[in-house]
Amino acid sequence: MQLARRQDRPLALDYIKHTFPDFAELHGDRLRGDDPAIVGGMATLDGRTIMIVGQQKGHDLKERQLRNFGMPRPEGYRKAQRLVLLAQKFQMPVLTLVDTPGAFPGVDAEEAGQAGAISRTLQVFAGLTVPTVAVVIGEGGSGGALALALCDRVYMLENAIYSVSSPEACSAILWRDAAQAPQAAEALRLTALDLYRLGVIDVVIPEPRKGAHKHHRATAKVVARQVEAGLREIEAISPDERLRARRRKFLAMGMLAPADAGF
Amino acid sequence: MNEQVTVQITSKEPAAPEGPPETLGPRCSECHAPVTAQQLEAALSVCPHCGHHFPLNAAERVAQLADPGTWREVAGDLQPSDPLDFYDSRAYVDRLAEAHLETGLSEAMLTGLCRLAGRRVALGVMDFRFLGGSMGSVVGERFSQLVASAIDEGVPLVVVTASGGARMQEGILSLMQMAKTVVALDMLAEHSLPFISVLTDPTTGGVLASFATLADVMLAEPGALLLFTGPRVIEQTTREKLPPDFGRSESSLAHGQIDLVVQRRDLKQQVAQLLALLEGGVRCDFEPVRPDPEVVPRGGGPLAQAVARAKELSLSSRGWLFGTDPQDRDPT
Repeated sequence: MQLARRQDRPLALDYIKHTFPDFAELHGDRLRGDDPAIVGGMATLDGRTIMIVGQQKGHDLKERQLRNFGMPRPEGYRKAQRLVLLAQKFQMPVLTLVDTPGAFPGVDAEEAGQAGAISRTLQVFAGLTVPTVAVVIGEGGSGGALALALCDRVYMLENAIYSVSSPEACSAILWRDAAQAPQAAEALRLTALDLYRLGVIDVVIPEPRKGAHKHHRATAKVVARQVEAGLREIEAISPDERLRARRRKFLAMGMLAPADAGF
Repeated sequence: MNEQVTVQITSKEPAAPEGPPETLGPRCSECHAPVTAQQLEAALSVCPHCGHHFPLNAAERVAQLADPGTWREVAGDLQPSDPLDFYDSRAYVDRLAEAHLETGLSEAMLTGLCRLAGRRVALGVMDFRFLGGSMGSVVGERFSQLVASAIDEGVPLVVVTASGGARMQEGILSLMQMAKTVVALDMLAEHSLPFISVLTDPTTGGVLASFATLADVMLAEPGALLLFTGPRVIEQTTREKLPPDFGRSESSLAHGQIDLVVQRRDLKQQVAQLLALLEGGVRCDFEPVRPDPEVVPRGGGPLAQAVARAKELSLSSRGWLFGTDPQDRDPT
Protein backbone atom coordinates (compact mmCIF):
# COMPACT_ATOMS: atom_id res chain seq x y z
CA MET A 1 0.00 0.00 0.00
CA GLN A 2 2.86 2.36 0.77
CA LEU A 3 4.31 1.54 -2.66
CA ALA A 4 1.05 2.44 -4.41
CA ARG A 5 1.13 5.92 -2.86
CA ARG A 6 4.81 6.75 -3.32
CA GLN A 7 5.32 10.25 -4.68
CA ASP A 8 8.09 9.04 -6.98
CA ARG A 9 5.91 6.38 -8.57
CA PRO A 10 5.23 7.02 -12.26
CA LEU A 11 2.06 9.11 -12.58
CA ALA A 12 -0.35 9.49 -15.48
CA LEU A 13 1.71 12.21 -17.16
CA ASP A 14 4.86 10.07 -16.86
CA TYR A 15 3.21 7.23 -18.74
CA ILE A 16 2.02 9.74 -21.31
CA LYS A 17 5.47 11.33 -21.63
CA HIS A 18 7.25 8.01 -22.13
CA THR A 19 4.69 6.41 -24.45
CA PHE A 20 3.03 9.18 -26.44
CA PRO A 21 5.43 11.77 -27.89
CA ASP A 22 2.58 13.35 -29.89
CA PHE A 23 0.15 13.71 -26.93
CA ALA A 24 -2.12 16.73 -27.44
CA GLU A 25 -3.67 17.73 -24.13
CA LEU A 26 -7.23 19.05 -24.14
CA HIS A 27 -8.67 21.19 -21.38
CA GLY A 28 -11.94 22.15 -19.77
CA ASP A 29 -15.43 20.80 -19.23
CA ARG A 30 -17.11 23.61 -21.26
CA LEU A 31 -19.34 24.27 -18.27
CA ARG A 32 -17.35 25.94 -15.57
CA GLY A 33 -13.72 25.01 -15.36
CA ASP A 34 -10.68 22.89 -16.01
CA ASP A 35 -9.73 20.43 -13.30
CA PRO A 36 -5.97 19.83 -13.08
CA ALA A 37 -6.59 16.57 -11.18
CA ILE A 38 -7.77 15.00 -14.43
CA VAL A 39 -5.63 15.25 -17.55
CA GLY A 40 -6.74 14.16 -20.98
CA GLY A 41 -5.96 14.36 -24.64
CA MET A 42 -5.30 12.54 -27.88
CA ALA A 43 -2.21 10.64 -28.95
CA THR A 44 -1.12 7.95 -31.38
CA LEU A 45 -0.73 4.37 -30.26
CA ASP A 46 0.08 1.55 -32.60
CA GLY A 47 -0.82 3.59 -35.69
CA ARG A 48 -4.20 5.04 -34.61
CA THR A 49 -5.39 7.88 -32.45
CA ILE A 50 -6.58 7.06 -28.96
CA MET A 51 -8.07 9.25 -26.23
CA ILE A 52 -6.29 9.19 -22.90
CA VAL A 53 -7.88 10.33 -19.64
CA GLY A 54 -5.99 10.04 -16.38
CA GLN A 55 -5.89 11.24 -12.82
CA GLN A 56 -2.70 13.11 -11.95
CA LYS A 57 -1.55 13.37 -8.33
CA GLY A 58 1.73 15.28 -8.67
CA HIS A 59 5.30 14.47 -7.69
CA ASP A 60 6.20 17.33 -5.35
CA LEU A 61 4.16 19.41 -2.93
CA LYS A 62 3.75 22.24 -5.41
CA GLU A 63 2.35 20.00 -8.14
CA ARG A 64 0.31 18.01 -5.66
CA GLN A 65 -1.37 21.19 -4.46
CA LEU A 66 -1.99 22.29 -8.04
CA ARG A 67 -3.46 18.88 -8.87
CA ASN A 68 -5.40 18.74 -5.61
CA PHE A 69 -3.54 15.50 -4.79
CA GLY A 70 -5.30 13.80 -7.67
CA MET A 71 -8.76 14.30 -6.17
CA PRO A 72 -11.05 15.37 -9.00
CA ARG A 73 -13.90 17.81 -8.73
CA PRO A 74 -17.11 17.60 -10.80
CA GLU A 75 -15.38 19.69 -13.51
CA GLY A 76 -12.81 16.94 -13.86
CA TYR A 77 -15.41 14.21 -14.32
CA ARG A 78 -17.32 16.37 -16.78
CA LYS A 79 -14.10 16.95 -18.72
CA ALA A 80 -13.62 13.18 -18.81
CA GLN A 81 -17.16 12.75 -20.14
CA ARG A 82 -16.56 15.34 -22.82
CA LEU A 83 -13.33 13.73 -23.95
CA VAL A 84 -14.64 10.17 -24.17
CA LEU A 85 -17.71 11.37 -26.08
CA LEU A 86 -15.29 13.07 -28.46
CA ALA A 87 -13.52 9.73 -28.75
CA GLN A 88 -16.83 8.04 -29.48
CA LYS A 89 -17.61 10.57 -32.20
CA PHE A 90 -14.33 9.92 -34.00
CA GLN A 91 -14.14 6.23 -33.17
CA MET A 92 -11.02 6.39 -31.03
CA PRO A 93 -10.30 3.76 -28.41
CA VAL A 94 -10.13 5.11 -24.86
CA LEU A 95 -7.34 4.54 -22.35
CA THR A 96 -7.82 5.65 -18.76
CA LEU A 97 -5.07 5.86 -16.13
CA VAL A 98 -6.59 5.55 -12.67
CA ASP A 99 -4.71 7.08 -9.75
CA THR A 100 -6.70 8.91 -7.09
CA PRO A 101 -7.34 8.69 -3.35
CA GLY A 102 -10.96 9.50 -4.28
CA ALA A 103 -13.17 12.29 -5.53
CA PHE A 104 -12.57 15.58 -3.72
CA PRO A 105 -14.56 15.85 -0.49
CA GLY A 106 -15.21 19.58 -0.42
CA VAL A 107 -18.06 22.03 -0.10
CA ASP A 108 -17.71 23.41 -3.63
CA ALA A 109 -17.50 19.92 -5.12
CA GLU A 110 -20.67 18.81 -3.33
CA GLU A 111 -22.57 21.93 -4.35
CA ALA A 112 -21.53 21.43 -7.96
CA GLY A 113 -22.92 17.89 -7.86
CA GLN A 114 -20.00 15.55 -7.23
CA ALA A 115 -22.22 12.46 -6.94
CA GLY A 116 -24.09 13.22 -10.15
CA ALA A 117 -20.86 13.99 -11.98
CA ILE A 118 -19.57 10.52 -11.06
CA SER A 119 -22.80 8.69 -11.88
CA ARG A 120 -23.06 10.36 -15.26
CA THR A 121 -19.43 9.58 -16.04
CA LEU A 122 -20.20 5.94 -15.31
CA GLN A 123 -23.23 6.19 -17.55
CA VAL A 124 -21.21 7.68 -20.40
CA PHE A 125 -18.53 4.97 -20.15
CA ALA A 126 -21.23 2.29 -19.98
CA GLY A 127 -22.69 3.48 -23.27
CA LEU A 128 -19.52 3.84 -25.36
CA THR A 129 -19.16 1.50 -28.31
CA VAL A 130 -15.45 2.26 -28.84
CA PRO A 131 -12.95 -0.03 -27.07
CA THR A 132 -12.07 1.07 -23.55
CA VAL A 133 -9.16 0.03 -21.34
CA ALA A 134 -8.48 1.18 -17.79
CA VAL A 135 -5.14 0.78 -16.02
CA VAL A 136 -5.02 1.29 -12.26
CA ILE A 137 -1.47 2.65 -12.01
CA GLY A 138 -1.34 3.67 -8.35
CA GLU A 139 -4.30 4.16 -6.09
CA GLY A 140 -7.85 3.34 -7.12
CA GLY A 141 -9.86 5.01 -4.40
CA SER A 142 -13.61 4.51 -4.28
CA GLY A 143 -16.23 5.87 -6.68
CA GLY A 144 -13.84 8.61 -7.73
CA ALA A 145 -11.65 5.92 -9.29
CA LEU A 146 -14.42 3.70 -10.60
CA ALA A 147 -15.76 6.64 -12.61
CA LEU A 148 -12.87 6.09 -15.04
CA ALA A 149 -12.81 2.30 -14.80
CA LEU A 150 -16.10 1.04 -16.23
CA CYS A 151 -14.13 -0.33 -19.19
CA ASP A 152 -13.93 -3.39 -21.46
CA ARG A 153 -10.64 -4.33 -19.84
CA VAL A 154 -9.34 -3.30 -16.44
CA TYR A 155 -5.64 -3.84 -15.75
CA MET A 156 -3.74 -3.16 -12.60
CA LEU A 157 -0.06 -2.70 -11.84
CA GLU A 158 1.34 -5.24 -9.43
CA ASN A 159 1.76 -2.80 -6.54
CA ALA A 160 -1.32 -0.70 -7.19
CA ILE A 161 -4.38 -0.82 -4.92
CA TYR A 162 -8.07 -0.48 -5.74
CA SER A 163 -10.79 -0.42 -3.12
CA VAL A 164 -14.29 0.60 -2.10
CA SER A 165 -12.89 3.24 0.24
CA SER A 166 -9.51 4.28 1.49
CA PRO A 167 -8.32 2.06 4.36
CA GLU A 168 -8.29 5.17 6.56
CA ALA A 169 -11.95 5.94 5.86
CA CYS A 170 -12.93 2.29 6.23
CA SER A 171 -11.15 2.11 9.56
CA ALA A 172 -12.82 5.31 10.75
CA ILE A 173 -16.24 3.97 9.79
CA LEU A 174 -16.01 0.36 10.99
CA TRP A 175 -13.57 0.62 13.89
CA ARG A 176 -14.42 4.26 14.67
CA ASP A 177 -10.67 4.77 14.78
CA ALA A 178 -8.51 5.81 11.83
CA ALA A 179 -5.50 4.10 13.42
CA GLN A 180 -6.80 0.69 12.36
CA ALA A 181 -6.05 1.49 8.71
CA PRO A 182 -3.48 -1.33 8.27
CA GLN A 183 -6.04 -3.87 9.51
CA ALA A 184 -8.69 -2.33 7.26
CA ALA A 185 -6.32 -2.53 4.30
CA GLU A 186 -5.88 -6.23 5.04
CA ALA A 187 -9.62 -6.87 5.37
CA LEU A 188 -10.57 -4.92 2.25
CA ARG A 189 -8.50 -7.14 -0.08
CA LEU A 190 -7.30 -4.29 -2.20
CA THR A 191 -4.15 -5.64 -3.87
CA ALA A 192 -3.94 -6.42 -7.56
CA LEU A 193 -3.78 -10.13 -6.88
CA ASP A 194 -6.86 -9.98 -4.60
CA LEU A 195 -8.82 -8.16 -7.26
CA TYR A 196 -7.73 -10.58 -9.95
CA ARG A 197 -8.95 -13.47 -7.81
CA LEU A 198 -12.28 -11.71 -7.24
CA GLY A 199 -12.73 -11.32 -10.99
CA VAL A 200 -12.77 -7.53 -10.85
CA ILE A 201 -9.66 -6.97 -12.98
CA ASP A 202 -8.44 -8.83 -16.05
CA VAL A 203 -4.66 -8.68 -15.86
CA VAL A 204 -2.03 -7.92 -13.22
CA ILE A 205 0.79 -6.03 -14.95
CA PRO A 206 4.12 -6.97 -13.35
CA GLU A 207 6.38 -4.13 -12.23
CA PRO A 208 10.15 -4.05 -12.71
CA ARG A 209 12.31 -5.26 -9.84
CA LYS A 210 11.89 -3.18 -6.64
CA GLY A 211 8.83 -1.45 -8.03
CA ALA A 212 7.67 0.97 -10.71
CA HIS A 213 9.17 3.99 -8.94
CA LYS A 214 12.68 2.74 -9.73
CA HIS A 215 12.04 2.36 -13.45
CA HIS A 216 9.53 4.80 -14.96
CA ARG A 217 10.45 4.20 -18.57
CA ALA A 218 10.47 0.42 -18.30
CA THR A 219 7.15 0.40 -16.47
CA ALA A 220 5.59 2.66 -19.08
CA LYS A 221 6.77 0.29 -21.76
CA VAL A 222 5.23 -2.77 -20.12
CA VAL A 223 1.95 -0.93 -19.65
CA ALA A 224 1.96 0.26 -23.27
CA ARG A 225 2.50 -3.31 -24.57
CA GLN A 226 -0.34 -4.61 -22.42
CA VAL A 227 -2.69 -1.82 -23.55
CA GLU A 228 -1.80 -2.46 -27.20
CA ALA A 229 -2.51 -6.15 -26.84
CA GLY A 230 -5.77 -5.47 -25.00
CA LEU A 231 -7.00 -2.97 -27.58
CA ARG A 232 -6.23 -5.37 -30.45
CA GLU A 233 -8.26 -8.00 -28.65
CA ILE A 234 -11.28 -5.72 -28.12
CA GLU A 235 -11.09 -4.14 -31.56
CA ALA A 236 -11.59 -7.57 -33.10
CA ILE A 237 -15.10 -7.59 -31.63
CA SER A 238 -17.98 -5.71 -33.29
CA PRO A 239 -19.14 -2.52 -31.53
CA ASP A 240 -22.51 -4.04 -30.64
CA GLU A 241 -20.98 -7.14 -29.19
CA ARG A 242 -18.41 -5.01 -27.36
CA LEU A 243 -21.20 -3.08 -25.64
CA ARG A 244 -23.05 -6.28 -24.78
CA ALA A 245 -19.90 -7.93 -23.44
CA ARG A 246 -19.14 -4.91 -21.26
CA ARG A 247 -22.68 -4.98 -19.88
CA ARG A 248 -22.48 -8.69 -19.15
CA LYS A 249 -19.16 -8.22 -17.41
CA PHE A 250 -20.43 -5.57 -14.99
CA LEU A 251 -23.86 -7.13 -14.49
CA ALA A 252 -22.05 -10.26 -13.33
CA MET A 253 -20.09 -8.43 -10.62
CA GLY A 254 -20.94 -9.84 -7.22
CA MET A 255 -20.95 -13.53 -8.19
CA LEU A 256 -24.60 -14.04 -7.36
CA ALA A 257 -26.20 -14.95 -10.62
CA PRO A 258 -25.32 -15.87 -14.17
CA ALA A 259 -24.07 -12.92 -16.14
CA ASP A 260 -27.18 -12.38 -18.23
CA ALA A 261 -29.83 -13.24 -15.66
CA GLY A 262 -32.99 -11.42 -16.43
CA PHE A 263 -31.74 -9.62 -19.48
CA MET B 1 -19.32 38.28 22.11
CA ASN B 2 -19.99 37.03 25.61
CA GLU B 3 -23.60 37.97 25.33
CA GLN B 4 -23.99 36.08 22.08
CA VAL B 5 -22.64 32.96 23.67
CA THR B 6 -25.06 33.30 26.54
CA VAL B 7 -27.98 33.73 24.20
CA GLN B 8 -26.99 30.60 22.32
CA ILE B 9 -26.81 28.58 25.48
CA THR B 10 -30.19 29.80 26.65
CA SER B 11 -31.76 28.97 23.32
CA LYS B 12 -30.40 25.46 23.61
CA GLU B 13 -31.69 25.04 27.14
CA PRO B 14 -34.91 23.13 26.40
CA ALA B 15 -33.07 20.60 24.23
CA ALA B 16 -34.07 17.07 25.15
CA PRO B 17 -31.47 14.34 24.92
CA GLU B 18 -31.26 13.10 21.35
CA GLY B 19 -32.40 9.60 20.67
CA PRO B 20 -33.40 7.43 17.77
CA PRO B 21 -37.02 7.82 16.63
CA GLU B 22 -37.93 4.42 18.12
CA THR B 23 -37.39 5.90 21.58
CA LEU B 24 -39.36 8.97 20.58
CA GLY B 25 -41.68 8.75 23.53
CA PRO B 26 -44.34 11.38 23.80
CA ARG B 27 -42.25 14.21 22.30
CA CYS B 28 -40.86 15.02 18.87
CA SER B 29 -37.09 14.69 19.05
CA GLU B 30 -36.71 17.72 16.79
CA CYS B 31 -39.10 20.36 18.11
CA HIS B 32 -39.83 18.68 21.47
CA ALA B 33 -43.54 19.26 21.12
CA PRO B 34 -45.69 16.49 22.57
CA VAL B 35 -46.78 13.98 19.97
CA THR B 36 -48.27 10.55 20.45
CA ALA B 37 -47.39 7.47 18.45
CA GLN B 38 -50.91 7.46 16.99
CA GLN B 39 -50.62 11.08 15.87
CA LEU B 40 -47.27 10.33 14.32
CA GLU B 41 -48.55 7.29 12.50
CA ALA B 42 -51.57 9.18 11.21
CA ALA B 43 -49.19 11.81 9.84
CA LEU B 44 -47.02 9.19 8.03
CA SER B 45 -44.25 9.59 10.63
CA VAL B 46 -44.00 13.32 10.07
CA CYS B 47 -44.15 15.52 13.15
CA PRO B 48 -47.48 17.40 13.00
CA HIS B 49 -45.85 20.38 14.74
CA CYS B 50 -42.52 21.00 13.01
CA GLY B 51 -42.86 18.84 9.90
CA HIS B 52 -39.76 16.81 10.66
CA HIS B 53 -39.72 13.67 8.51
CA PHE B 54 -38.78 10.65 10.60
CA PRO B 55 -37.19 7.73 8.79
CA LEU B 56 -39.46 4.97 7.54
CA ASN B 57 -38.46 1.35 7.31
CA ALA B 58 -38.89 -0.47 4.02
CA ALA B 59 -42.20 -2.11 4.93
CA GLU B 60 -43.72 1.19 6.06
CA ARG B 61 -42.55 2.84 2.88
CA VAL B 62 -44.03 0.12 0.70
CA ALA B 63 -47.30 0.40 2.65
CA GLN B 64 -47.37 4.17 2.02
CA LEU B 65 -46.65 3.94 -1.71
CA ALA B 66 -48.07 0.64 -2.99
CA ASP B 67 -51.81 0.21 -3.39
CA PRO B 68 -53.06 -2.27 -0.79
CA GLY B 69 -52.69 -5.91 -1.78
CA THR B 70 -50.76 -5.29 -5.01
CA TRP B 71 -47.16 -5.82 -3.82
CA ARG B 72 -45.39 -8.81 -5.33
CA GLU B 73 -41.75 -9.15 -4.31
CA VAL B 74 -38.99 -9.60 -6.91
CA ALA B 75 -35.62 -11.24 -6.19
CA GLY B 76 -36.48 -11.47 -2.50
CA ASP B 77 -34.86 -14.88 -2.24
CA LEU B 78 -31.35 -13.51 -2.79
CA GLN B 79 -29.31 -13.82 0.39
CA PRO B 80 -26.09 -11.99 1.25
CA SER B 81 -22.84 -13.92 1.53
CA ASP B 82 -19.40 -13.03 2.83
CA PRO B 83 -17.12 -13.18 -0.21
CA LEU B 84 -14.12 -11.60 1.54
CA ASP B 85 -14.41 -13.36 4.93
CA PHE B 86 -14.55 -9.84 6.25
CA TYR B 87 -13.79 -9.19 9.87
CA ASP B 88 -13.48 -5.81 11.55
CA SER B 89 -14.26 -5.45 15.23
CA ARG B 90 -16.83 -8.16 14.49
CA ALA B 91 -17.37 -10.70 11.74
CA TYR B 92 -19.49 -9.56 8.80
CA VAL B 93 -21.68 -12.67 9.04
CA ASP B 94 -22.52 -11.73 12.64
CA ARG B 95 -23.44 -8.21 11.60
CA LEU B 96 -25.66 -9.63 8.85
CA ALA B 97 -27.38 -11.99 11.26
CA GLU B 98 -27.97 -9.19 13.74
CA ALA B 99 -29.37 -6.88 11.06
CA HIS B 100 -31.69 -9.65 9.97
CA LEU B 101 -32.93 -10.21 13.53
CA GLU B 102 -33.44 -6.50 14.12
CA THR B 103 -35.26 -5.74 10.89
CA GLY B 104 -36.73 -9.03 9.71
CA LEU B 105 -35.17 -8.25 6.34
CA SER B 106 -32.56 -10.29 4.49
CA GLU B 107 -30.99 -7.22 2.86
CA ALA B 108 -31.04 -3.43 2.75
CA MET B 109 -33.38 -3.16 -0.23
CA LEU B 110 -36.85 -4.50 -0.91
CA THR B 111 -37.81 -4.87 -4.55
CA GLY B 112 -41.13 -5.70 -6.12
CA LEU B 113 -43.86 -5.02 -8.63
CA CYS B 114 -47.01 -3.24 -7.49
CA ARG B 115 -49.55 -0.60 -8.33
CA LEU B 116 -49.04 2.99 -7.25
CA ALA B 117 -52.23 5.05 -7.38
CA GLY B 118 -53.47 2.54 -9.92
CA ARG B 119 -50.35 2.63 -12.11
CA ARG B 120 -48.19 -0.47 -12.47
CA VAL B 121 -44.63 0.17 -11.34
CA ALA B 122 -41.44 -1.61 -10.34
CA LEU B 123 -40.69 -0.32 -6.84
CA GLY B 124 -37.43 -0.52 -4.89
CA VAL B 125 -37.21 0.65 -1.30
CA MET B 126 -34.07 0.85 0.81
CA ASP B 127 -34.00 0.35 4.57
CA PHE B 128 -31.41 2.32 6.49
CA ARG B 129 -31.73 0.08 9.54
CA PHE B 130 -30.07 -2.78 7.64
CA LEU B 131 -26.33 -1.98 7.91
CA GLY B 132 -26.97 1.68 7.15
CA GLY B 133 -28.79 0.85 3.93
CA SER B 134 -25.42 0.03 2.43
CA MET B 135 -25.14 -1.40 -1.08
CA GLY B 136 -23.43 -4.76 -1.35
CA SER B 137 -23.79 -7.48 -3.96
CA VAL B 138 -27.38 -8.39 -3.09
CA VAL B 139 -28.63 -4.80 -3.21
CA GLY B 140 -26.93 -4.39 -6.60
CA GLU B 141 -28.37 -7.64 -7.88
CA ARG B 142 -31.88 -6.93 -6.58
CA PHE B 143 -31.75 -3.53 -8.23
CA SER B 144 -30.66 -5.10 -11.53
CA GLN B 145 -33.35 -7.75 -11.35
CA LEU B 146 -35.92 -5.08 -10.54
CA VAL B 147 -34.84 -3.21 -13.67
CA ALA B 148 -35.12 -6.46 -15.64
CA SER B 149 -38.66 -6.92 -14.30
CA ALA B 150 -39.55 -3.35 -15.24
CA ILE B 151 -38.35 -4.06 -18.77
CA ASP B 152 -40.19 -7.40 -18.96
CA GLU B 153 -43.41 -5.82 -17.75
CA GLY B 154 -42.95 -2.55 -19.61
CA VAL B 155 -43.48 -0.52 -16.44
CA PRO B 156 -41.61 2.47 -14.96
CA LEU B 157 -39.11 2.23 -12.13
CA VAL B 158 -39.47 4.03 -8.80
CA VAL B 159 -36.74 3.71 -6.17
CA VAL B 160 -36.75 5.20 -2.67
CA THR B 161 -33.19 5.50 -1.38
CA ALA B 162 -31.81 5.62 2.16
CA SER B 163 -28.18 4.61 2.27
CA GLY B 164 -24.80 5.43 3.65
CA GLY B 165 -23.22 4.23 0.40
CA ALA B 166 -21.27 1.18 -0.69
CA ARG B 167 -20.92 -1.60 1.89
CA MET B 168 -17.38 -1.77 3.26
CA GLN B 169 -17.61 -5.44 4.22
CA GLU B 170 -17.91 -6.62 0.63
CA GLY B 171 -14.99 -4.44 -0.41
CA ILE B 172 -14.40 -3.89 -4.10
CA LEU B 173 -17.45 -6.00 -4.99
CA SER B 174 -19.62 -3.31 -3.38
CA LEU B 175 -17.91 -0.67 -5.49
CA MET B 176 -18.68 -2.73 -8.57
CA GLN B 177 -22.40 -2.59 -7.72
CA MET B 178 -22.26 1.09 -8.66
CA ALA B 179 -21.15 0.08 -12.16
CA LYS B 180 -23.70 -2.71 -12.25
CA THR B 181 -26.69 -0.53 -11.38
CA VAL B 182 -25.63 2.09 -13.93
CA VAL B 183 -25.38 -0.57 -16.66
CA ALA B 184 -28.84 -1.88 -15.73
CA LEU B 185 -30.29 1.64 -16.01
CA ASP B 186 -28.71 2.00 -19.45
CA MET B 187 -30.89 -0.89 -20.55
CA LEU B 188 -34.00 0.63 -18.95
CA ALA B 189 -33.32 3.83 -20.88
CA GLU B 190 -33.09 1.84 -24.11
CA HIS B 191 -36.67 0.78 -23.53
CA SER B 192 -37.72 4.40 -22.86
CA LEU B 193 -39.10 3.46 -19.45
CA PRO B 194 -39.14 6.27 -16.89
CA PHE B 195 -37.17 6.15 -13.66
CA ILE B 196 -38.02 8.31 -10.66
CA SER B 197 -35.81 8.33 -7.59
CA VAL B 198 -37.01 9.51 -4.19
CA LEU B 199 -34.05 10.45 -2.01
CA THR B 200 -34.66 10.20 1.71
CA ASP B 201 -32.52 10.91 4.74
CA PRO B 202 -29.72 10.06 4.32
CA THR B 203 -28.62 9.17 0.78
CA THR B 204 -24.86 9.42 0.44
CA GLY B 205 -21.74 7.92 -1.09
CA GLY B 206 -21.88 5.19 -3.70
CA VAL B 207 -25.67 5.05 -3.90
CA LEU B 208 -25.97 8.78 -4.57
CA ALA B 209 -23.06 8.54 -7.02
CA SER B 210 -24.67 5.75 -9.05
CA PHE B 211 -28.32 4.92 -9.73
CA ALA B 212 -29.89 7.52 -7.40
CA THR B 213 -28.65 10.49 -9.45
CA LEU B 214 -29.41 8.91 -12.84
CA ALA B 215 -33.18 9.14 -12.51
CA ASP B 216 -35.21 11.04 -15.09
CA VAL B 217 -36.80 12.94 -12.23
CA MET B 218 -35.21 13.20 -8.79
CA LEU B 219 -37.38 13.92 -5.78
CA ALA B 220 -36.28 14.32 -2.18
CA GLU B 221 -38.04 14.40 1.16
CA PRO B 222 -37.54 17.60 3.20
CA GLY B 223 -34.32 17.82 5.18
CA ALA B 224 -32.71 14.70 3.71
CA LEU B 225 -28.92 14.64 3.78
CA LEU B 226 -27.74 14.20 0.18
CA LEU B 227 -23.97 14.18 -0.12
CA PHE B 228 -21.26 12.18 -1.85
CA THR B 229 -18.98 12.59 1.15
CA GLY B 230 -20.36 12.72 4.68
CA PRO B 231 -20.26 16.06 6.54
CA ARG B 232 -17.72 14.81 9.09
CA VAL B 233 -15.14 13.98 6.43
CA ILE B 234 -15.76 17.28 4.64
CA GLU B 235 -15.24 19.16 7.90
CA GLN B 236 -12.01 17.29 8.53
CA THR B 237 -10.77 18.01 5.00
CA THR B 238 -11.74 21.65 4.78
CA ARG B 239 -11.29 22.40 8.51
CA GLU B 240 -14.33 24.63 8.58
CA LYS B 241 -17.69 24.29 10.27
CA LEU B 242 -20.45 23.50 7.82
CA PRO B 243 -23.78 25.35 7.94
CA PRO B 244 -26.60 23.18 9.36
CA ASP B 245 -28.47 22.99 6.05
CA PHE B 246 -25.38 21.95 4.11
CA GLY B 247 -26.10 19.01 1.83
CA ARG B 248 -29.78 18.91 2.76
CA SER B 249 -32.56 18.54 0.17
CA GLU B 250 -33.40 22.24 0.15
CA SER B 251 -29.79 23.18 -0.50
CA SER B 252 -29.48 20.52 -3.22
CA LEU B 253 -32.57 21.96 -4.86
CA ALA B 254 -31.09 25.45 -4.73
CA HIS B 255 -27.90 24.17 -6.35
CA GLY B 256 -29.78 22.52 -9.17
CA GLN B 257 -29.05 18.95 -8.16
CA ILE B 258 -32.62 17.66 -7.73
CA ASP B 259 -36.03 18.44 -9.25
CA LEU B 260 -38.32 18.80 -6.27
CA VAL B 261 -38.57 18.60 -2.50
CA VAL B 262 -41.79 16.76 -1.72
CA GLN B 263 -43.67 16.45 1.57
CA ARG B 264 -44.32 12.84 2.49
CA ARG B 265 -48.09 13.31 2.51
CA ASP B 266 -47.88 14.43 -1.15
CA LEU B 267 -45.33 11.88 -2.29
CA LYS B 268 -47.55 9.16 -3.69
CA GLN B 269 -49.68 11.57 -5.71
CA GLN B 270 -46.62 13.45 -6.90
CA VAL B 271 -44.93 10.28 -8.14
CA ALA B 272 -48.13 9.12 -9.84
CA GLN B 273 -48.58 12.46 -11.57
CA LEU B 274 -44.99 12.58 -12.79
CA LEU B 275 -45.25 9.02 -14.10
CA ALA B 276 -48.43 9.91 -15.95
CA LEU B 277 -46.71 12.88 -17.56
CA LEU B 278 -43.51 10.98 -18.37
CA GLU B 279 -45.43 8.11 -19.89
CA GLY B 280 -47.82 10.44 -21.69
CA GLY B 281 -45.06 11.45 -24.08
CA VAL B 282 -44.93 8.13 -25.87
CA ARG B 283 -48.27 8.84 -27.51
CA CYS B 284 -47.02 11.90 -29.36
CA ASP B 285 -46.93 11.61 -33.12
CA PHE B 286 -43.82 13.61 -33.87
CA GLU B 287 -41.92 12.25 -36.81
CA PRO B 288 -38.29 11.77 -35.91
CA VAL B 289 -36.24 14.49 -37.56
CA ARG B 290 -34.11 13.01 -40.31
CA PRO B 291 -31.12 14.72 -41.88
CA ASP B 292 -32.22 16.62 -44.94
CA PRO B 293 -29.79 16.27 -47.85
CA GLU B 294 -30.81 19.72 -49.12
CA VAL B 295 -29.78 21.47 -45.96
CA VAL B 296 -26.04 21.28 -45.51
CA PRO B 297 -24.01 23.24 -43.00
CA ARG B 298 -21.81 24.63 -45.73
CA GLY B 299 -20.33 28.08 -45.18
CA GLY B 300 -21.82 30.84 -47.36
CA GLY B 301 -24.99 28.86 -48.13
CA PRO B 302 -28.13 30.91 -48.72
CA LEU B 303 -29.41 32.12 -45.39
CA ALA B 304 -32.89 32.53 -46.82
CA GLN B 305 -33.05 28.81 -47.53
CA ALA B 306 -32.15 27.96 -43.98
CA VAL B 307 -34.70 30.39 -42.61
CA ALA B 308 -37.38 29.01 -44.90
CA ARG B 309 -36.52 25.52 -43.78
CA ALA B 310 -36.68 26.53 -40.15
CA LYS B 311 -40.13 28.06 -40.69
CA GLU B 312 -41.29 24.94 -42.46
CA LEU B 313 -40.12 22.84 -39.55
CA SER B 314 -41.82 25.10 -37.07
CA LEU B 315 -45.12 24.76 -38.92
CA SER B 316 -44.99 20.99 -39.09
CA SER B 317 -43.78 19.05 -36.13
CA ARG B 318 -41.18 21.13 -34.41
CA GLY B 319 -43.12 24.10 -33.19
CA TRP B 320 -41.68 23.77 -29.74
CA LEU B 321 -38.32 24.79 -31.14
CA PHE B 322 -39.67 28.30 -31.23
CA GLY B 323 -41.41 28.11 -27.90
CA THR B 324 -44.91 27.85 -29.30
CA ASP B 325 -47.29 25.03 -28.70
CA PRO B 326 -48.16 23.32 -32.00
CA GLN B 327 -51.76 22.97 -30.84
CA ASP B 328 -52.14 26.73 -30.40
CA ARG B 329 -51.29 27.47 -33.98
CA ASP B 330 -53.40 27.56 -37.09
CA PRO B 331 -52.90 24.16 -38.74
CA THR B 332 -52.28 25.79 -42.13
